[in-house]
Amino acid sequence: MAEHDPPGALAGYRQLLAAQVRSQLQYRVSFVMDILGNLVLTLVDVATVVVLFRVTPVLGGFSLPEALLISGLANLSFALCDLSVGNIDTMRLYIRTGRFDAVLARPLSVLLQLICGDLALRRFGRVAQGVVVLVIALNLVPVRWTFARAALLVLAPLFGAVLFASIFVAGSTVAFWFIESGEFANSFTYGGRDFSAYPATVYAGWFRKAFAYGLGFAFVAYYPALAILGKPDPLGGPRLLSWSSPVVALAAAGVAALIWRTGIRHYRSTGS
Amino acid sequence: MGAAWALAGAGFRRYSTYRQATVAGAFTNTVFGFLRCYVILGVAAAAGGTAAGYRGSQLVTYVWVGQGLLAVVQMWGWTDLADRIRTGDVQSDLLRPVNTVASYLATDLGRAGHAALTRFVVPTVVGALCFGMYFPHAPLGYLAFLVSALVAVVVSFGVRYLVNLTAFWLLDIRGVITLWQLGSNALSGLYFPLAFLPGWAQGVLWLGTPFPAAFQAPIDILVERGSVAHRSLLLLDQGCWAALLIGACLLVQRRAERKLVVQGG
Repeated sequence: MAEHDPPGALAGYRQLLAAQVRSQLQYRVSFVMDILGNLVLTLVDVATVVVLFRVTPVLGGFSLPEALLISGLANLSFALCDLSVGNIDTMRLYIRTGRFDAVLARPLSVLLQLICGDLALRRFGRVAQGVVVLVIALNLVPVRWTFARAALLVLAPLFGAVLFASIFVAGSTVAFWFIESGEFANSFTYGGRDFSAYPATVYAGWFRKAFAYGLGFAFVAYYPALAILGKPDPLGGPRLLSWSSPVVALAAAGVAALIWRTGIRHYRSTGS
Repeated sequence: MGAAWALAGAGFRRYSTYRQATVAGAFTNTVFGFLRCYVILGVAAAAGGTAAGYRGSQLVTYVWVGQGLLAVVQMWGWTDLADRIRTGDVQSDLLRPVNTVASYLATDLGRAGHAALTRFVVPTVVGALCFGMYFPHAPLGYLAFLVSALVAVVVSFGVRYLVNLTAFWLLDIRGVITLWQLGSNALSGLYFPLAFLPGWAQGVLWLGTPFPAAFQAPIDILVERGSVAHRSLLLLDQGCWAALLIGACLLVQRRAERKLVVQGG
């Protein structure tokens, strides 16, 4: 969409972002608390894994360090996605209040405007936390490093972020049809994060099929972790699956783009 | 008293008009119920059937009733008062001939009543249909749960109201909300049963913070964990926190009213 932007559009996005940063620095006490709280938030997700392992030595056939690797990959992927497109989930507010009309009227890309609408500085903290957890986990698990595995380690969080971003964008379009969709999309965005943070083996039945393969969340952390650890898939999938995260993520992005375009065309103002 | 009933009724009706949002919320709680239930059952299975004194069926109830209770006590996303303070609308609340804390509490109880009939029922029924759920043996267990859940709403309201009151001083309360969410997620028993923690940490949480009283207490009472005496202590803990928090709300409210400068024009 960016190629349709008029000259000087880049400056427009930059101004939107700068205004956001300034406004957040206005209320200092609140800002400091926000940063602190978010620093601890990711830690809590990891602490939850550790607490569960206080009660059991293995979970779904995975040891604590292995589970931490999965959790670290999932959290880093989600943090990267949240940093870049996380703000899209405010779109339902734009639509409900009618502010979306103003967004459409500006000569800038709709998606990019929404994303720049609220760059939360605090989200940088979560990315840093994700990296720290991943480093700790990698120090605890025995890995026979090869070039392919090292490359996958770097690429997996990026493609994981692309997959999450696709879900975020597709989920936000629900608001085009259901104005009061509320937290509906959260089941798949934040739900997807929670699903990805644990070995897919703990889930069962149609629920696992839908989240792991239907929505592709097994490819965020579970399969890349299997490839890095050199473990065969306990669910009996072929070895190739462990390496197919990029393909799955790109396919998801394509589907999300289609849904987004359909949604935009379907949009009728609430008139408020 | 008549005013309180009218306000509670208004709270109930207000939420009953958001039908799509109620359905979306119940759906989301149900999806998360599946996520949490599989993980916690995975833990229990690997640990040999019981985890920290909970049997599998008790953990199923813990997860699903918890997913329903979440909306009733409303752990997240209540900034009505803070928004009104920022815009200056709060002045009309202060002009009313009813105590502000009491009127907000009455409205919140009405909201909780609506959530109990809608958002609580959906995950609980789905959980009971898809997994083997634990039900209390003693009829008194249900009554104790009802009382405990009601007190949990008051405790949660107390903390939320205090969090919102900080807007009188800070105006932007994003940061305070983040800290409250941190506490209400991890320390209330939502992420894992608090009994999974070491004993000293449990003591600190129950006695030093109001979070378990808003969430873990009613669930432990429903799944009949521990002796009757132990469960009575939970109720006592809840009662103390509710009294303490409402007292604090009244006190801070009075200080805040002296501080108020109406924003905007």
